[in-house]
Amino acid sequence: MFQVRIHGRGGQGVVTAAEMLSIAAFEEGRHAQAFPSFGSERTGAPVVAFCRIADREIRLREPIMEPDGLIIQDPTLLHQVDVFSGLKLDGYVLINTSRSFEELGIGEVAAGRRAQRRPADRKCSLPASELALKHIGRPVPNAALLGGFAALSGLITLDSVIAAIRDKFSGKVADGNIAAASEAYEYVKREMREDVHA
Amino acid sequence: MLKQCEGSHAVAEAVALCRPEVICAYPISPQTHIVEGLGEMVKDGQLKGCEFINVESEFAAMSVAIGSSATGARTYTATASQGLLFMVEAVFNASGLGLPIVMTVANRAIGAPINIWNDHSDSTSQRDCGWIQLFAETNQEALDLHIEAFKLAEELSLPVMVCMDGFILTHAYERVDMPTQEQVDAFLPPYAPRQVLDPAHPVSIGAMVGPEAFMEVRYLAHAKQMQALELIPRMAKEFEAVFGRTIGGLIHTYRAEDAETMVIAMGSVLGTIKDVIDEMRDAGNKIGVLGITSFRPFPLAAVADALRHCKRFVVLEKSLAVGIGGIVATDVRMAVTGMGLKGYTVIAGLGGRAITKKSLHALFDKATRGELEPVTFLDLDWKVVNKQLERERQHRRSGPVAENILRDLGVVAAKIV
Amino acid sequence: MSFQPIKFYQTGTFTVGNRLLAPQERSVQAGEKRYNSLNSGHRACQGCGEALGARYAIDAAMEACHGKLIAANATGCLEVFSTPYPETSWQIPWVHSLFGNAAAVATGMAAALKVKGQHDIRVVAQGGDGGTTDIGFGCLSGMFERNDDVLYICYDNGGYMNTGVQRSSATPPAARTATTMAVGTEPGNAFGQGKFVPAIAMAHEIPYVATATVADLRDLEYKVTKAMSIRGARYIHILVPCPLGWGTASQDTIRMARLAKETGVFPVFEAEHGEVTAVLKIRKRLPVEEYLKPQKRYAHLFGKQPRVDTIAHIQGLADKNIRKYKLLEEGI
Repeated sequence: MFQVRIHGRGGQGVVTAAEMLSIAAFEEGRHAQAFPSFGSERTGAPVVAFCRIADREIRLREPIMEPDGLIIQDPTLLHQVDVFSGLKLDGYVLINTSRSFEELGIGEVAAGRRAQRRPADRKCSLPASELALKHIGRPVPNAALLGGFAALSGLITLDSVIAAIRDKFSGKVADGNIAAASEAYEYVKREMREDVHA
Repeated sequence: MLKQCEGSHAVAEAVALCRPEVICAYPISPQTHIVEGLGEMVKDGQLKGCEFINVESEFAAMSVAIGSSATGARTYTATASQGLLFMVEAVFNASGLGLPIVMTVANRAIGAPINIWNDHSDSTSQRDCGWIQLFAETNQEALDLHIEAFKLAEELSLPVMVCMDGFILTHAYERVDMPTQEQVDAFLPPYAPRQVLDPAHPVSIGAMVGPEAFMEVRYLAHAKQMQALELIPRMAKEFEAVFGRTIGGLIHTYRAEDAETMVIAMGSVLGTIKDVIDEMRDAGNKIGVLGITSFRPFPLAAVADALRHCKRFVVLEKSLAVGIGGIVATDVRMAVTGMGLKGYTVIAGLGGRAITKKSLHALFDKATRGELEPVTFLDLDWKVVNKQLERERQHRRSGPVAENILRDLGVVAAKIV
Repeated sequence: MSFQPIKFYQTGTFTVGNRLLAPQERSVQAGEKRYNSLNSGHRACQGCGEALGARYAIDAAMEACHGKLIAANATGCLEVFSTPYPETSWQIPWVHSLFGNAAAVATGMAAALKVKGQHDIRVVAQGGDGGTTDIGFGCLSGMFERNDDVLYICYDNGGYMNTGVQRSSATPPAARTATTMAVGTEPGNAFGQGKFVPAIAMAHEIPYVATATVADLRDLEYKVTKAMSIRGARYIHILVPCPLGWGTASQDTIRMARLAKETGVFPVFEAEHGEVTAVLKIRKRLPVEEYLKPQKRYAHLFGKQPRVDTIAHIQGLADKNIRKYKLLEEGI
């Protein structure tokens, strides 16, 4: 079972992101469970959503405490919420930002504790809000982040992400999100190649 | 057809397939998506032959349902928590009148203090209202139970509550197998009422009944629930014949064959429990699970039978009989009277507190070693509790309890668990 | 030969009115083939205004829709005295659910009929003032707002009579009830803001609102008949004196209702979509004392030291009604 935790703020489509991720997995014939850590509707408040993906029925209902993957939709959460809590040593981290992990001040945290360094190729910064603005006209980064996560982790394919976007949205909105997700996918793939060569 | 969708949406679609004629509901978290889904289906014509009424309160919702059902229409509504309490007078009225209304209760805690998250306090608080209460473990079971509920209600002339965990199930996306209209039509015939307001055959419904006959009328309500004990398993078989999967029934067991310890629970927490049981079985522990689907009527005989061979049982419930301990536990104890079993009550998950595998492991380990207290409040922060008790001992005007505790806990917005 | 129209009006009984009228102009109740929806044998008090009003109203409604009527009834006097276990005096399909939900139950009934395409069957909801103005107020407003196809009839006797004459928000000021006793410095019910539900119904701008009394029973039948010719939310508020609660003689029920109208205490009118369309004028105006004196529930206003100021206050309210609803003929 692969567990993804998505952090963001109300209004950024965090819950939709988890749902789309689950739909993408479903499209690939896998079992998936997505659910929010909920509060009353409130824009701007910290929100967490979870997605589990497995090849058999998922019975577990607890919040994801030890994620295999982390998507952070809003870097302003980094020093407010313990987003890295429980992250597996070889877990993936994708942050919506144009800055590097070091610039964000979380280089150490993301790298892991002294003796247990995280693999460098498991983390990536992705300017998803900028991509969203460019393709959709609104800085809603969730679809782009899913495209990026597909590239980073290989958990789902870009095609599945696109199918999930089509399931949730329609018309121009869907097109824009797909474009953003696709560019994000290519961006992350490039970043990963550069990391490897670095 | 397999689909990946939100639990609320699955339930809405299932209800729509049952050809409801009147839907009336008042919004309350976390039932909103179900009713919104149905409202949209009616408005855009997907669900035909159905009147969707936006009512002004939950009391009105159940009252409209009563009027509609008494006039011969298949009627549905949904609520949770405070909403269920607000309509309680009408809830008792519906079962007393024998009207086959189906209602989803998206289980949520009851205040004060106000809390929108999941536990079973709402429907269990109405355990004696005369409605049948079925608890779903998964979204698949939730949608299937609604289909069964209409048939069960109409055959018995008794209303049915389908309970599903608020947020945990209602707002969770998971894979479900949605039946076809043909399958549902094959299972669920049109509503043929036992009593109906019809100018061609006038009747008076709801007259006063005095001491001369009240006991008999109430006994008959009790007898109907006993009938349900027979009907529910039969209906589960009929369901399987049409839809090809097993649902509901009164109870189900998991890895119980040679279990020395049995864990008993209702609703979605059974999923997490089963994962823990698998791990404990792998470690050689003889532990099994009893899931209760039909909470009312409470399946005394089936529960006793399932616990026949075990040594001890743990009832893990998301409800609290204040001053006593467990609500479900009390019913289970009644079932196993005289069987010489050791029983433990665990109150967990109140107000949406997460129930984790880690905590359950530790809990069940203690149970198998016989080290549990008779009543345990899982993952209770005793420091906070004792601090408040001390505060009350020291000061007369100790302030509102909830606010004090929240202040003691500090900023909680960032906590995940 | 010249003809002079003579207006008939009821003073004591109906016999004069009906005998001299052509059969088709007689009241519904005068007909041999009337439905007797609320049949004899019910247990109402001698002189009960509500039983009288309900009998006329429901038979008129049945006549108007050719016997295709189903009724929801709130808990209260009417419900209790019409269905004494194990009997029922209702000859029509009738359901009693709860105290505060008659309007909502009726909404459900109308919805079921609509979805089943049974357009010819109509719905009536009934409740006393307690079940309508107090505990049933929310559901009533909801039904109005949705414009559900329901005729709601409120039988207003100004109190919770069935439970022993307690005060409701329809109890008139200064009246004695079990919870507003005639003791202390301010005996009887307080002078509040009033809660005249017909006006609130008008504020919802529903298709038809009317007030009536059991003193003008033909007028009541006319209003019910008219209401049944309209689709959507309709409200009729009938003043029905209660001999027990008001402390009046059982034979004076109709007379008390007439006094309520003739003093201006109770305005009788019709309104459509929020505008008054017709008024039953006061024929011969009387001071409010004429209305208050025969009622024991106002006895504390009279006697050795009459409460002149209270009576004047009540007179002021009556004057206000007369002005507001134009209850007097022009020039008087």
